[in-house]
Amino acid sequence: MNKARRNPFNLFAAHGILIVYTVIALFPVFVILINSFKERRSIFREPLALPDGESFSTVGYETVFNQGDFFLYFQNSLIVTVASLFFVLLFGAMAAFALAEYKFKGNTLMGLYLALGIMIPIRIGTVAILEMMVSTGLVNTLWALILVYTAQGLPLAVFILSEFMRQVSDDLKNAGRIDGLSEYTIFFRLVLPLVRPAMATVAVFNMIPIWNDLWFPLILAPAEETKTLTLGSQVFIGQFVTDWNAVLSALSMAILPVMVLYVIFSRQLIRGITSGAVK
Amino acid sequence: MTALTLKNVNKSFGKVQVLHDINLEVEDGEFVVFIGPSGCGKSTLLRVISGLEDATSGEITIGGDVVNMVPPAKRGIAMVFQSYALYPHLSVKANMALGLKQEKQPKDEIEARVAEAARMLSLGDYLDRRPSELSGGQRQRVAIGRAVVRKPKLFLFDEPLSNLDAALRMNTRIEIARLHRTLDASMVYVTHDQTEAMTLADKIVVLRDGRVEQVGSPMELYNNPANQFVAGFLGAPSMNFLPAGLVGGASDTTIGIRPEHIRLSDTGRLKAAVSHVENLGGDTNVLVELADGTQMTVRLFGQHNVAPDEAVSVDFDDADTFHFGASGERLRDATVLATDALQS
Ligand SMILES: Nc1ncnc2c1ncn2[C@@H]1O[C@H](COP(=O)(O)OP(=O)(O)O)[C@@H](O)[C@H]1O
Ligand SMILES: [Mg+2]
Repeated sequence: MNKARRNPFNLFAAHGILIVYTVIALFPVFVILINSFKERRSIFREPLALPDGESFSTVGYETVFNQGDFFLYFQNSLIVTVASLFFVLLFGAMAAFALAEYKFKGNTLMGLYLALGIMIPIRIGTVAILEMMVSTGLVNTLWALILVYTAQGLPLAVFILSEFMRQVSDDLKNAGRIDGLSEYTIFFRLVLPLVRPAMATVAVFNMIPIWNDLWFPLILAPAEETKTLTLGSQVFIGQFVTDWNAVLSALSMAILPVMVLYVIFSRQLIRGITSGAVK
Repeated sequence: MTALTLKNVNKSFGKVQVLHDINLEVEDGEFVVFIGPSGCGKSTLLRVISGLEDATSGEITIGGDVVNMVPPAKRGIAMVFQSYALYPHLSVKANMALGLKQEKQPKDEIEARVAEAARMLSLGDYLDRRPSELSGGQRQRVAIGRAVVRKPKLFLFDEPLSNLDAALRMNTRIEIARLHRTLDASMVYVTHDQTEAMTLADKIVVLRDGRVEQVGSPMELYNNPANQFVAGFLGAPSMNFLPAGLVGGASDTTIGIRPEHIRLSDTGRLKAAVSHVENLGGDTNVLVELADGTQMTVRLFGQHNVAPDEAVSVDFDDADTFHFGASGERLRDATVLATDALQS
C-alpha cells in the first residue's frame, strides 16, 4: 500500500478485525487439539486448560489406534476424496470446455440442465441411488462413494469452470488450431493451465464436504473394509456413552490431511478469488 | 498463380448474415488490406479464409487448391492476431517452433528456420524468455516470427498493430512492409486504420456491413472513390461533405472536398466561423462551422495564425470536388455537369 494512503488507524482496525476473526475461527480447532491430549475428567472439568503433567494423557489416541482399523479408514477417506476431486475436475472441466467453446444445438439448455444440480441436493435421490448401487453390485465398494461424490460435485464445477473458460482468449485457441494442435491438446495444454485458479477453487469447495460426509458412507459403504474416517469415528459416539477422548483424537487426526490438501490448493485459490480475470 | 480466390462467399451466424457475396482475388506476392469500420466483418472474413469458421456458402481457393474442407493447419496459412495469442507456458523459441513440430519437420530444419526468423525480427536475445517477460512490441514480433517460420502460402494479419502505442505502431508497420519485400509473400492484412491501409497495401479492399464497397490501389481509391463511404473512410483528416445546394449544385446531392484542397480567403464563397484550431507544426487543421451548421476541416500547410471564433470565408476549386447522389453513390462528371448547367 502507498504511504500517502496508509492511515495508522485503518491499518490497526483492519489488523485487529483480522486477528479477532482468526482467533474465533481457530478456537474450536484449538480446543479439540488440546483436549485430545487430556484425560477424560479434565476434559470436562477444565475444557479450556492446556494439558499439564497431571491431565496429560494419550488414551484417546491409543483407543483410536486399537479399535478398528483406523489407518484403513484414513486411507479410504483419502482415496475417496482424491479420486472424487480428480473426476470432478476432469469431467467438470471437459464439460465446461464443450459448453464454453462449441456452438451446438441445445448448448444453453444443456448448461442450464447441468446447473440445475446445484439447486437440488443429491441426498433426495438416496433411495434410488442405493437401489442402483445394489443392482450394479457396487454397494460396499469405494467406487460407490466416488461415483456419488463426482455426480454431486459436477454441477457447480461445470458452472464455475465454464464461466472462466469463456474468458480464455479465442485468439489463443485459434492460434493453436492454426499451428495444428488437436482440440484435446488445446484443452489440456492451453486452456487448463489458464483456469488453474478456478480449478483450485472448485477443488477446495468440494473437498471439505466429501471428507466430512457421513451420510453416503453410512448408506452405501458401511462395511468394515470400506469405512471412511468420519464413519469409523462414529463407533466412539454411542447412544448412552461417548468416548470423548477417542472422538477428539480421531477428529484431530482427521484435520491433518485436509490441511495438507488445502495448503496445496490455497495459493491457487487465493489467486482465483482475487484475480477473477483470466488473461 | 493467384494466392487466394474467394468466390461468392457468404457467412451467417444463425439468422444474421455477416458476409454478403464476397468475390476477391489476391495475386502471388500481393499485399492486400481489408479495411472497414469495427464490426463490418473483417475478422470474420479472415477466419473464414483461415478455416477457423466455415463459410455458409461459396468457394475458397488458396494457392490453386479449393480448401473449403481443409482444416486450418493444412491450408498453408499463418495468422497473426491482435492480442498476440502467444502460448504463455512456452518460451519464445518454443512458441515459434510449435507449428513446425506439429508438421513433423526435422529438428535441424526447425532450428534453422527459427534462427532465421529470430534474426530477421531481431529476437535473438529473447529466445529463451517467456512471453510474459516481453514488451508488447516484442510479443507482436514473436507472433509475426511464429507465422514466418511456417513459410505459409498466405499470411493473415488481424489488426496486428492495434494494441501497440503510436511510436511502436509505426516501427512495426515498417517492419511488416520490409518483411513483405524480403519474403515476397502474399499477405492479407485487416485493419480499421486508414494510415496502415494506405502505407502498406498494394491493393485495398473496403468493406462495409459485410459487403465489398471498392477494390483498388491506395491512390486509385483516394483519387477515385466509388462512393461517399469510401471517400470518407480513406484520407486523414477525412473528406468534408457539404450539401451541394450551398454552392449552387442540385439540392439533393452532396459535394465532397478533401481538407487539403480548401483554402481560407477573404473573398471565399462560403462564410464560416473558426470553431477549433489544431497546430501540428508542419500542418494546421482548422475546424470551421458554416452558417447552416455544417462542420468542415481545412488543412493548411505550415503554421498559421488563426484563432477560434474568428470569422473567415473558405473556398475551393470545383475541379477538386467529388459529387455524390442522395444514397451516397458517386455522380460522375457528365451527370454533374448536366445538373450544374441546369442550375445556371
Ligand atoms: N461467433 C459469432 N457469433 C455471432 N456473431 C458473430 C460472431 N463473430 C462475429 N459476429 C458478428 O459479426 C459481425 C462482424 O464481426 P467481426 O468480423 O469481428 O468484425 P470486425 O473484425 O470487422 O470488427 C459483428 O456484428 C459480430 O457481432
Ligand atoms: Mg476484428
